[in-house]
Amino acid sequence: MSFHPKMAYDATFHRSMRKLGEPGDPFVYTPDNRARFDEIVLRYPPEQRRSAVLPALYLVQHQQGYITATAMRYVAGLLGITAADVEDVVSYYTMFFTKPVGTFVLSVCRTLSCALNGAERVTEEICRALDIAPGGTDASGTFTLLEVECLGACDRAPVIMINDAWHENQRAEDIPKLLDDLRTRGEAALTGCHHVVERAKS
Amino acid sequence: MEPVLTRHVREPNSFTLDFYLQHEGYDGLKKALAQTPEQVVDLVKASGLRGRGGAGFPTGMKWQFVDRKSTRPRYIACNADESEPGTFKDHLLMERNPHLLIEGCAIACYAIGAKVAYIYIRGEFFHVQHVLEQAIDEAYKKGLLGKNILGSGFDCEVYVHRGAGAYEAGEETALLESLEGKRAQPRNKPPFPAVVGLYGCPTAVNNVETLSNVPLILRKGVEWFTALGPEKNGGPKLYCVSGHVKRPGVYEASMDITLRELVDGHAGGVRDGRTLKALIPGGSSVPILLPNQLDTQASFDGVQKAGSLLGSAGLVVLDDTTCMVWLAENLLHFYRHESCGKCTPCREGTDWLHKILRKIEHGQGQMRDLDLLSSISGNIGGKTLCAFGDAAVTPVLTTLKHFRHEYEAHITEGRCPLHADWRARQPVGAHA
Repeated sequence: MSFHPKMAYDATFHRSMRKLGEPGDPFVYTPDNRARFDEIVLRYPPEQRRSAVLPALYLVQHQQGYITATAMRYVAGLLGITAADVEDVVSYYTMFFTKPVGTFVLSVCRTLSCALNGAERVTEEICRALDIAPGGTDASGTFTLLEVECLGACDRAPVIMINDAWHENQRAEDIPKLLDDLRTRGEAALTGCHHVVERAKS
Repeated sequence: MEPVLTRHVREPNSFTLDFYLQHEGYDGLKKALAQTPEQVVDLVKASGLRGRGGAGFPTGMKWQFVDRKSTRPRYIACNADESEPGTFKDHLLMERNPHLLIEGCAIACYAIGAKVAYIYIRGEFFHVQHVLEQAIDEAYKKGLLGKNILGSGFDCEVYVHRGAGAYEAGEETALLESLEGKRAQPRNKPPFPAVVGLYGCPTAVNNVETLSNVPLILRKGVEWFTALGPEKNGGPKLYCVSGHVKRPGVYEASMDITLRELVDGHAGGVRDGRTLKALIPGGSSVPILLPNQLDTQASFDGVQKAGSLLGSAGLVVLDDTTCMVWLAENLLHFYRHESCGKCTPCREGTDWLHKILRKIEHGQGQMRDLDLLSSISGNIGGKTLCAFGDAAVTPVLTTLKHFRHEYEAHITEGRCPLHADWRARQPVGAHA
């Protein structure tokens, strides 16, 4: 059986869309980040410095928000690998950004258990409130909305990961307050939001 | 049964070393260090502990396969890349009982003769990583990790390595690739990691829950472990129940429990007075079971006998508002996104499957698309390096098998006949 003749490759296949970002300004770690990097590299055998590429890239992203081509070259130099090796890694993993993102990246889990509990409604409400589509950043540059795959918090569905902090049991009705909270309290709104102990048995 | 792994998880200080030491903490490590490594491997083998990550492979055998003649260093890699949709047990264990895992890592290192264990944790578990790293620091300070542990002459280092968002990194060889600083793509097997693993050295890759069971076997003995649950399915097991239930959560039980006791008992049954339509018993990658199969024993062998797999024990409960074509589309979006791209059938096939499913769900399908779905699935399953391909086609084949009439209804009516109120009013994002 032949495959469907009209099935053209379209723009929805995300990996082919992930082009290398802009070259960016010259990049070096801040002294703090450099010290942190030197400490991390010791966890791996001396001839296996390449293992530190993920933590090294996290440090870059922590420092400037996203990963530029010059930063990739810098990391490659530190690890003794080629810039292509680093780009290979950056373009594969979904948690690295090659373009600027908002101050708060709202990653809404869209996979089964969250969807069964209304994650689509949550995404719909965020899109409406910020007037953006998933993948977009709002006009003020404060929020970026992403739909992500299973975050592993299915019992507290739906879950939104904001930067690195989990917000569980979010309903569409909670979204306006959540966004206001982030606008007014900033980073402080990200602490204490995660339900540490499992929900008590009712 | 009385919980063991999760006994103290609700107590406020359960994650601290002091608390852990007051509750037989690190007694398992002390008992292990008093024996030879071979005796520890034999003990784990005798317990029949099966890997909790999904495949259910006996852990003792995995450790025995680790090449001891090799002059190269050996490694333990702990798989904390918990990403299977419907699974969240390791999160709870690491966040509330991290020392149990650290003790398990140290014992595993001793048993296979490794000096270093890497805990590969998924990037999204950053808050859990903090807890783990703090716990590891505490253990170093008390001399429970590091050089010459408890005066035994045994050295062991434990490091946490953060992933960056890749489901495929949960596959054992892909995990090793990622740990080596490359894309998380699987390797050809054989050679298995026990012979050629991390940095080409003999490596044992074990799941968090698996390693957390090891200290318990040493503390309480093999008889205690095998007496819990049916033959060859011994020991405590964590079940994750989510979806349309009243009390979603992690529940610990021995494997003689039935799916009905888990869903209706522990999780309180289907919520909002709805009825059960189907149940996914082991994470999104396994075939679904129907309500008349609820009395199946929730053991590796019991669920397999019923025609599915226990997998990672992630039970997803689906009520009668769930459209099965929507479900297949939702899961294929996941697999399409997470396919690592190494093997063509999976990389291209998951994209095709998702496109056809989306077309059917949006009411633009044709009857011949159903054969096309089976045909593509048949060209992915069993034709890829790792089990991802088989996992990805399962949601399609299993819904086609049990709910073919729903697919046909979409095609004849030209729309989704079952639009539940928990879905978006207008298609949004991935569903647009």
